[in-house]
This record gives sequence, C-alpha cells and structure tokens, in this order.
Amino acid sequence: MSGSLRGLMMFALVAGLIGLTGVMQGWNSALVILNMGLVSAIMALGVNLQWGFAGLFNVGVMGFVALGGLAAVLISMPPTTEAWAAGGGRMALAMIAGAATILAAIFVWRRMAPGRRRALAMLAVITVGFIFYRFLFGPARDAIEAVNPAGTGYLGGMSLPILLAWPVGGVLAAGAAWLIGKTALGLRSDYLAIATLGIAEIVIALMRNEDWLSRGVKNVVGLPRPMPFETDLQSDPAFVAQAESLGLTAVEWSTLYVKLGYTALFTVVLVALLVLAQLALASPWGRMMRAIRDNETAAEAMGKNVKARHLQIFILGSAICGLAGAMMTTLDGQLTPGSYQPLRFTFLIWVMVIVGGSGNNFGAVLGGFLIWFLWVQVEPMGLWVLTTLTAPLPDSSAFKEHLLASAPQMRLLTMGVVLLVVLRFYPRGLLPER
Amino acid sequence: MIVVEDLHMHFGGFRAVDGASLSIETGTITGLIGPNGAGKTTLFNAIAGDLKPTSGRVTMSGEDITGLPPHALFGRGLLRTFQVAHEFATMTVRENLMMVPGHQAGETLWNVWTARGRIASEEKALARKADEVLEFLTISHLADERAGNLSGGQKKLLELGRTMMVEAKIVFLDEVGAGVNRTLLRTIGDAIAELNRERGYTFCMIEHDMEFIGRLCDPVICMAEGKVLAEGTIDEIKADERVIEAYLGTGLKNKISQEAAQ
Amino acid sequence: MDALNALVAFANFVLVPALAYGSQLALGALGVTLIYGILRFSNFAHGDTMAFGAMVTILLTWAFQAMGLSIAPLPTALLALPFGILATAALVYVTDRTVYRFYRRAKAAPVMLVIVSMGVMFVMNGLVRFIIGPESQSFADGARFLITAREFREMTGLAEGLAIRTSQAITLVTAVIVVAGLFWFLNRTRTGKSMRAYSDNEDLALLSGINPERVVAVTWVLVAALATIAGTLYGLDKGFRPFTYFQLLLPIFASAIVGGLGNPLGAIAGGYVIAFSEVTITYAWKKVLTYLVPETLEPSGLVQLLSTEYKYAVSFAILVIVLLFRPTGLFRGKAV
Ligand SMILES: Nc1ncnc2c1ncn2[C@@H]1O[C@H](COP(=O)(O)OP(=O)(O)OP(=O)(O)O)[C@@H](O)[C@H]1O
Ligand SMILES: [Mg+2]
Repeated sequence: MSGSLRGLMMFALVAGLIGLTGVMQGWNSALVILNMGLVSAIMALGVNLQWGFAGLFNVGVMGFVALGGLAAVLISMPPTTEAWAAGGGRMALAMIAGAATILAAIFVWRRMAPGRRRALAMLAVITVGFIFYRFLFGPARDAIEAVNPAGTGYLGGMSLPILLAWPVGGVLAAGAAWLIGKTALGLRSDYLAIATLGIAEIVIALMRNEDWLSRGVKNVVGLPRPMPFETDLQSDPAFVAQAESLGLTAVEWSTLYVKLGYTALFTVVLVALLVLAQLALASPWGRMMRAIRDNETAAEAMGKNVKARHLQIFILGSAICGLAGAMMTTLDGQLTPGSYQPLRFTFLIWVMVIVGGSGNNFGAVLGGFLIWFLWVQVEPMGLWVLTTLTAPLPDSSAFKEHLLASAPQMRLLTMGVVLLVVLRFYPRGLLPER
Repeated sequence: MIVVEDLHMHFGGFRAVDGASLSIETGTITGLIGPNGAGKTTLFNAIAGDLKPTSGRVTMSGEDITGLPPHALFGRGLLRTFQVAHEFATMTVRENLMMVPGHQAGETLWNVWTARGRIASEEKALARKADEVLEFLTISHLADERAGNLSGGQKKLLELGRTMMVEAKIVFLDEVGAGVNRTLLRTIGDAIAELNRERGYTFCMIEHDMEFIGRLCDPVICMAEGKVLAEGTIDEIKADERVIEAYLGTGLKNKISQEAAQ
Repeated sequence: MDALNALVAFANFVLVPALAYGSQLALGALGVTLIYGILRFSNFAHGDTMAFGAMVTILLTWAFQAMGLSIAPLPTALLALPFGILATAALVYVTDRTVYRFYRRAKAAPVMLVIVSMGVMFVMNGLVRFIIGPESQSFADGARFLITAREFREMTGLAEGLAIRTSQAITLVTAVIVVAGLFWFLNRTRTGKSMRAYSDNEDLALLSGINPERVVAVTWVLVAALATIAGTLYGLDKGFRPFTYFQLLLPIFASAIVGGLGNPLGAIAGGYVIAFSEVTITYAWKKVLTYLVPETLEPSGLVQLLSTEYKYAVSFAILVIVLLFRPTGLFRGKAV
C-alpha cells in the first residue's frame, strides 16, 4: 500500500503547488495551469497507453494533437458558403480523385503478379491520378482561398457544437494512426520513432500551408465556446449578485467561473478515461498486453495476434491525443498551426510520461500535472534566479541584459535536466508501475 | 498429422535447414535428435511460423500451413515451447498460464467495460484450470511468484504448463528437459506421457538426453547438417552408422571401432 | 543551345544546391551512423549537437571578426571551426561521462538510451537558445560568390546563369576532405580499425583486448567534429536558426537509415539520395522544360510536384519506401 500512499502524497504535492500559485499569483493563473494540466494529463495518458502498455515509441504526438485541433475548426466554425460555392464541389472531387488514385494503386499492387509490368502499371496509375488530382485541386484551392482572404479564405466548418469536436478529434487522429500503424508498426522501435516524427511534421506542414482547409498561418480565431462569454455573464444581474455574495467583483468571478467550467469539463473527461484505462489494464486484455510487452515471440506463439494488438493500442493512444488536442484548441478558442512545436507537443509529453512513471496511468497523470506546472513556472522562477544572480552587475551591462532576455529559454534546459535526473535516480518514474 | 517436404531455411549463404523431409504421425511422441547446430530448432521455428522458410512445404492434416504466423497456428492446435525459456517475466506464474487460452471474452476491450460479470466467471474458471495445471506439474507453491524469478528448470515446466491450458493437437517441445534435475525430468516425462495417453496430444520433442528419448519416443528422427539422416526406433537409431558418424565425426568413429576390434 | 541552357538551369537550381545540401546531410548522417554503430542507439540529440557546434563557431567567428582576424576571401568561420570542434568535443565527452556511461555500464536497452538522448536534446537545445538566443544569426563573411550568374552569362554567352556561392563550394570541398579523412582513419589507423572491429562484433573486440571506453571516447570526438562541421556548413549555406537544426533530425535520420544504419558509406549515399529527391521533387521544372520542349507544348503551370514546405514529406516517403522494401537500407546496415 506504500505505493498508493506515495501516489496520494505526490498528488497532494501537485495540488499544493497549484494552490500556492493561486495564493501567490492569483487564482486565475492557478486555474490556467490546472486546465492545461488536465489536458496534458490526458495526452500523457495516451502516450502511456502506447509506451507504457505496449512499448510503442510514438514521437508524433504533435501531429495527433494538431489533428484534434483541426477537428475543432471543422466541426464548430460556420461554413464559408461563398467558398463552398466557389470551389467546394471541385475540392471534394479532387479529394475523391486523390483517394481513388491511392486505392487504385494499392489494387494494382495487390492484384498483379510481381514484376516490371506491375511496377509500370502502378506508376502509370499514380501519374495519371496525380495529374487529374492536380487539375481538380489547383483551381479549387485558388477559388476558395480567393474568397475574402483576410476574413475567411477557407471552407469553414459545420457549425456544430464544439463539444462534438472532441470525439471527432479522437476519430480523426485514430484514422491517421490507422494509416501509419498499417505501414510502420512492424518496424523496430527507433524506426517507428523516426516515422512518427516525420508524420507529425507532415501534418503540421499541411495545416500551415493548406489555407483552404485550416487558414494556415493566418490562424482560425474566435472558435465557438462551450462556456458563456465573460462579458455576457457580467451583464447578468443574477451573476453579479452571486459574485458579490462571494466577495468578488463581477469581472473577477466571471473569469474564474468560465475557467472553472472548463476545469469541470476536462476533469470529467480525464476521470472517465482514467477509469476506462484502469479497468482495461486490470483485465484479461491488460494481461495480454503485458504478455506481449514482456515477450512478443512467446505471446505470438500463445496465439495472440501481436500486430493487431499493437495497431489497436496505437490507434487508441493516438485517439486520446487527438481528443486532448481538440480540447486544447477549444480552451484556446483558436487554431494556430504556427505554434505547434515538437519540443512542446511531443517531447514534453514524453517527459511527463517518463517522469510520472510509464506503465502506470496515475503516474502519467501525475507527470502531466507536475511537468506542466514546471513548464509554466520555470520561466518566472528562472527570471527571478537570474535577476538575483545578476543584481551586482550594473543595469547597463550587456551581459546582464542578455541573461535576463534569455530567461524564457531556461525551460528547455530545466526539462532536460529533470528528465535526466529522473531517468538516473528513478528510472521507473515517480510512481512506478506496480 | 504434420508433413514437412523438402524444407530449406537459409541465412544468407548458410543452410541451417537444407532440404529436410519428415512426417509426424498422429498420436506419436516423435523424438528429434541431432548434434548441436544440426538445425533442429531452426526447423521448429520454420514449422511454427517464427521463421519464413526459404522453400519447401509444411502441411498439417493435409492442409498447407507453410508460412502461417504463429498465432494462426496456435488457433489450429499447433503449440510449441522454446529452447531458451520465453516466460512472461513480469507476470505471475498463474497469469502466465491464464493468458494462454484464446477467444477470452475479457480480451476484447468492449467487454472489459460492459460485460464484467461474464469476465469474472470466465476468470474464475481460468484460474481453476491454471491451478490444476500447476498441481499436475507439482509447482502449485509457485502460483503467485513472478515468472522472471523462477529457476531455469521451473521455467521449462511453466512452458510445458502453458501448452496444457488448451486442447492442443500437436505440441513441439524444444529441449524441455535441458537443465532440469533428474526428479523433475521424471515428472516432465510422466506429464508428457500422460498428456499423450489421456488427452491425445501428439508430441514432437527435441532432446539430447538419449535415456529420456528412449523412454518416451517412438519413432526417433535424427538430423545433421540441416538434413534428416535416419528415422526409426531408438535402438535402430543408436545402431545406425550414419548417426554415430554424425555425432562423433568419422575420425573418432574409426578409432572407436578399431579399439573395439582390438 | 537550348539544351545547354536547360542543363545550366538544371545545374543552377538542382545540381549545385542538392550537392551542397546532400553533403551537409551526409556529414550529419555520418555522425548518427557512427553513434549507432558503436554505441548502438539512435541519438535524438544529434541535431542539437550540430546547433551547439555551429553556435560556438559563430561566437568565435564574431570574436575573430572583432579582432580583425580574417582569411578573406574565405569565411572567417573556417578559422573558428577547429575551436568549435574542440568545444563540442568537450561537451559531448562530458555528456558521455556524466550521462550515457552510466547506462552503458548498466547494459540498458537501446531504447532507454534513445530516451536519455531526448533529455540531452532538451538540455543542448536549451543551452543553445540560452546562449545565443532563438533568433537567426548571420556570420558569413568573405566573398559571397565563387561565380555569379551574371559573370557566368557574360563568360559563356548563354541566357541562363550558373551561380555558385562560396558556401556551397566550401561545403563540397570540406565534405570531400572530411569524408576522405574519416575513411582513412577508420580503415588505416589502429584506433579506426579497433572502432570498426568493435562495431562489427563487440564481444570479439573485447576479447582481442580493445579498450571499449577508448573506442567510445574517440567516437564521441569524431561525432563532435562531424556535427560541428555539418552544423557550421549548413549555417553558412542556409543561415543559422536553432530550431532548424532540430528539424534536420528527420532528413538526417532518413539519410542514415536509407543508407543502412551503422554503415558510413551508406550514410553518405543516403544523404545525397535524400537531398536530390527533396530538391528535384520540390523544384519548379518549368524553366528547364521551356528550353527542352517546343513552344506549343510549353507547360502552363510551374511543374512542381510538391511545394517546398513539404520537403520533409519527401524524406519521409523515401524512408518508408526503403524500409518497406529493403529494411536494412541500401547498403546493408547493422540494424535488422
Ligand atoms: N537467425 C539465424 N541467423 C543465422 N544463423 C542461424 C540463425 N539461427 C540459427 N542459425 C544457425 O543455424 C544452425 C542451426 O541452429 P539450430 O539452433 O537450429 O541448431 P540446433 O540443432 O537446435 O542445435 P542445439 O542442439 O545446439 O540447440 C547453427 O549453426 C546456427 O548458428
Ligand atoms: Mg536447438
């Protein structure tokens, strides 16, 4: 039971840290950290499923998170009717043509006997299909992007409730994971790592450059929210009265209220996923997964289809990352493809899982909160340390100026040191598996 | 039951199995012997789907099973153990056994969340079965031990135990007796004979211990340098010139026969 | 004449840039492949090691420039390079002593070392950003061009010009020298031979009395040199920005894997394969084609298969194709 006691203490520590933030920097900041902490914990849960349960080395987390963000736009934003009229149909045809080309190529590959003729036939199918696709695609894209480029210039979404985007984000990520898993899961772990790294870069490149789909670096702002707007709350007399009874101004209470709303939503998702994951881990399914992780050859000889199980868990983990990505974009209220960086969205999640304790769901969740807290707080702490250290230097010193300006970069350094220290002294993480 | 026709398994230029043909009849305990490096394990791996044979054919009850993945062969009742024990190290001995049966309801995620009652009763039955097997193998006291902590011989027993968790048709045993003490070896031998008699398992076992082989196996197949040298009863094999030659090398054999003549 | 113009346009926009880029990738991939061969893990920190080496070289270049030291028309950076290598070698050696050695002794699984290298990657990335900042820096000086497009046109009377930047020429020359030196070292010297022996068969090498720690140390020094040279050349050619080095990880690993991880010759071949594929697929061929086809057939579009933003997709596609059809790489690598 010392394991669960340790877990309780660790979680209490995180709660204490966030509480301390609330007292020292204001509850608004504390809630900001808590909400992203919840999202991070969900991402860590997804990666832990893949790495901790099955030993799959996925460093393409960023790509799945971004796909979730894209889902938020595609589900919740209003459709741009003029853009659809200008090029929507043609674009749909282009997509169908593209998909048909790939399917036809696969068909040729499967059905024809190996040899030069098959290679030539496949090349011909791909060439013709590609030319046809480009013929459809180019004008459609130009037409769509020409529609009010400063305001829309993309197809928009479906005007559906944004909460629906969460599961859809998961499904989108799952689809991508299926495609990747089908081709890359048979590879050795570090090849899988490079492959997923590449996929993530490609997803981000798509989102940055396919303006007709995601507005690219022009960003999509003003996503619909599952929570009311603060200004609306402030103009509601009942709400103002409530704020007064709490001893807060209406402005203060409205920002806290909205953030608490997100906290509640995210907590529900996290707890639900955690319960599902724990049940799965303790079941015959979890036993099978552990057997596969312990010894693939023997598990295969004992009748377990290792490939299929790996694919399943890769899809599930990626779907969870996609779900978290959609939640994050909902929280931000905007999609900014330019802001996705692998260090922040892939490797930081890995730090969370490793530090927390891979193979243990609670460990991953703990890591999610703890590392996110550090990630946010290292910057002011670093600045404070540097200010103290450089205090004796004159204010005009260029060296001092440089050091103070570099404070934000302390984050990466700290994350690296934390990861290395934990790997060395707690190689199984703060909350080890069993 | 199993027919192997002209099987080749090459690694680069090296012919580990070089045109082996043999058949294993239903209901037998067939022994497979041969000097170190003869290609016995490689042959097993090629039959059991761990390796894709370079060429050749394997059939099971007349059906071509060449190159099928191991999990598919398990589904057809073909099981195997490994020369170097392949236990699931972080799981308990009981869990090692309970994971074996296929088509468990609890192996489907959806059921895990929705059909908990059904899974619980299934698990109870599995645990009972596992305990029976452990009792049979005289290692009941190890049920809750982590499999990684077992001794080499105990791991071998566990490997054998896994094949008893389901109704196998044919079981390939790769040196289950190696590194096991005499008493335990007897237990294993008895277990194999009993499974063969009472549950109708067909066995094909690699073994170096001639006494063990002689007690259990008929027929015995001898391999050397990737080929099948001879097949027959243990006494026929022991008397076979080619077998002696393969084991001792020609020079040594001549010397022995000279000494015998003197 | 038109064919000649097409050829010059091809050389100018595809051949020369791809040769330079390919050399940079090859040098990077050599580092990755050496670590894989000797230390047996995929080093995720390699991109940031390159960034660190380039950064030190840049800082020293600035110092030399301030002191008035110059080897014009060559860039001052070449003068600073050896010191950059020394600093980087010191850093990676210390890293090995404090971080990697522990796991090596504990005989940790290779994937564990990959994760450890993720931590090192964070540290190095942070270090570089902390010291020189995340912005782009320029440090190229000396003559900008070996030959400009205008000079070439005047010289030859062709309509198309061929410009060769100094950085490109230096990249190529340096790469050739470094690769020749490396292969001489690996094949001719005692230490190099023991490295190859160790890479081929660790146990056998240990039996024959090779000191593994020495092999590892020499490897790190070589890797530091390769990384610093690759990083500096890339910076001279394309400008220095810390995050681009992280992004180079993908094409570099693609090069090493395509060539066959652990095989130095493969790393070089892989580098050029990846570079040429990237450049040819993202180049707009209209210009070349207009010289080659009759006016009536002139292409209306740019004849660009993929826009340059998707260059990583090219590395990736080639990587996947090679892995699916020839998992050990073009030149049989160590990895299976
Ligand atoms: N994956 C492989 N790659 C290359 N060579 C292999 C491989 N597997 C086996 N061999 C070689 O094939 C030959 C036969 O090996 P195998 O393990 O089948 O022998 P064996 O008959 O089982 O011997 P033992 O009685 O010692 O277990 C050996 O020389 C071995 O080195
Ligand atoms: Mg063997």
